[in-house]
Amino acid sequence: MKTSTRQVNGVTIVDCSGRITLGEGSVILKDVVRELLSKGQKKILLNLGDVNYIDSSGIGELVSAFTTVRNQGGELKLLNLTKKVHDLLQITKLYTVFDVKDDEASAVKSFS
Amino acid sequence: MAKQPPVGTRSSEDSGSTKLYPKIFAMTEQRVSYTLDSTLETVDSAEQAASRIASEAGFDDDEVMRIAMAVREAAVNAVLHGNAYDPGKKVSLAFEQTGGNLVITIRDQGKGLDLEKIPDPLAPENLLKTSGRGIFLIRSFMDEVHISPSQTGTEIKLVKHVHGPSEGVKEASQ
Repeated sequence: MKTSTRQVNGVTIVDCSGRITLGEGSVILKDVVRELLSKGQKKILLNLGDVNYIDSSGIGELVSAFTTVRNQGGELKLLNLTKKVHDLLQITKLYTVFDVKDDEASAVKSFS
Repeated sequence: MAKQPPVGTRSSEDSGSTKLYPKIFAMTEQRVSYTLDSTLETVDSAEQAASRIASEAGFDDDEVMRIAMAVREAAVNAVLHGNAYDPGKKVSLAFEQTGGNLVITIRDQGKGLDLEKIPDPLAPENLLKTSGRGIFLIRSFMDEVHISPSQTGTEIKLVKHVHGPSEGVKEASQ
């Protein structure tokens, strides 16, 4: 997986591409979120538009990122899910746990 | 393009050359098996082999993805939770097309999965847990799942009906 980050109106958008799976993909996601939190950037929008595959480990890492950010008083939201990722979150009942957005501008505005 | 089998030792059950492997289901011999190391590479290799074989067996792209993901999760289970990355322990992986079914068997040499200890990942108190979804996903994506734990390891048998109706993703139960 590859990631790049950008700032939009106080929100850090993390553009992710590739696979979030056991091993490298999950580790990269964990490191990115940890680094953002260490810099005080607690409004995080994960753009998963180019993520076409997530396994159970990747799902676990998304959950971990979500709870870690929340526990530090921040917010982590998901943007632009592919159909495969959307379906995975549906069957694992996580779709309603995460705040999922499909428009970047309104997603950025939705952060408190 | 040349297709590569998973990393590991190929068994003698398919006596053809490696190059014949991708056409296995067009041949009379309909079983191929591998003995694989307890590594992350095995997980990726198992997934790739499953994807290739499911595709060749005629499944559509969505079904290929589900089968490959189920195999990946079973391989993760074998490598991590079964063999615990022990280099002295192996994972065996077999693909077989028989009676209109694609049957995939993954076996490890661990202590045996305790099915009683796998929580329901859909229970509200478990939704935010960071692990415990692998078996659930396997059950969601395959038509039949048979898990046989023993003191010498766990065998997970996955079955997909080759010519069955398109069912989409099923409601899974633990």
